[in-house]
Amino acid sequence: MTSAAEPVRKLPVRGAARKAARVRPYSLTGGRTRFGHVLLVETFVAALDAPEERRELTNGNLASRVMPELHAIVELCRRMRTVAEISALLKMPLGVVRVLLSDLADQGKIRVYGTGHGTGQPDRALLERVLNGLRRL
Amino acid sequence: MDSAVSEAPLFTPRQRGPQDKPDESVQAWQLDHTRAPIATKIVVAGGFGVGKTTFVSSVSEIDPLQTEALMTQASEETDDLTATPDKVTTTVAMDFGRLTLDDDLVLYVFGTPGQQRFWFMWDDLVRGAIGAVVLADTRRLADCFAALDYFESCGLPYIVAVNHFEGTPGFDEDDVREALSVAPHVPLVIMDARKRITVVESLLALVGHALAVSPE
Repeated sequence: MTSAAEPVRKLPVRGAARKAARVRPYSLTGGRTRFGHVLLVETFVAALDAPEERRELTNGNLASRVMPELHAIVELCRRMRTVAEISALLKMPLGVVRVLLSDLADQGKIRVYGTGHGTGQPDRALLERVLNGLRRL
Repeated sequence: MDSAVSEAPLFTPRQRGPQDKPDESVQAWQLDHTRAPIATKIVVAGGFGVGKTTFVSSVSEIDPLQTEALMTQASEETDDLTATPDKVTTTVAMDFGRLTLDDDLVLYVFGTPGQQRFWFMWDDLVRGAIGAVVLADTRRLADCFAALDYFESCGLPYIVAVNHFEGTPGFDEDDVREALSVAPHVPLVIMDARKRITVVESLLALVGHALAVSPE
């Protein structure tokens, strides 16, 4: 593109500045996936597939069939990860990661473990445990 | 990139970042897929430059990570979409760290932008949180007012942590409390975000407070 002499006259292109152009045309409500998983920033997820797939990553077969972002998430999730970690390590915005994770969970590629205490405020027993844990630091 | 088990790295990392360092301390729970630990979180809020990132770094067992959220809506007061279409994609960054408290209990600490127009992020962050540490700098006390208003309105337990910067005048706790008009039962601690011990004490104060106000 040549530099516009009169940038004022150029019409804005919808979505031109968007990094996340691959977001699916649906959105999640309240961090909930279609099957009812809740994806908070600290929700744990991990991959369900066998790790042999890893080899295919280098010869490009898989990349041509699967969105590379989805594949990158599955790879990262060989280890237990939180939603926020995936977003940070793959440098993808949180909202995008949530949508992709929701897809992967629906496809049975990842398992959503949740937070272990639902999505409400922790109860007294859990607060006691956190307090004791912090005291031991 | 992080190599999960022990394979040779398949790629050269494209850019260096904290996450490209080999993690020397893999926790057992990260490799156990049969169960996940309980995940808890604490939110650290406050104005720009008040020390949220330092707070998170001081206490985290991993190099703090940064996650981003795209701000897809204009904030009502300032943004006019027709005039500035690029405002649609403002990126808001959030730092977070992690503390493994037990073999099945992990605490995440999220440092979050304190400006009013990022409240949309807070709604998501405060769900399920233990509570919030509102970091205050006595030179710019007003910067944390929005955070206080927010946590009071949503009923999330919070404490005030005054990050005392060297060379700044020390204020009496009561004066700060009065200026912030926080309820007497809300803990207020004077701390130094660079010192781990005072950061841990701040977290202890918050969790203790959350416990005190939690229904029996």
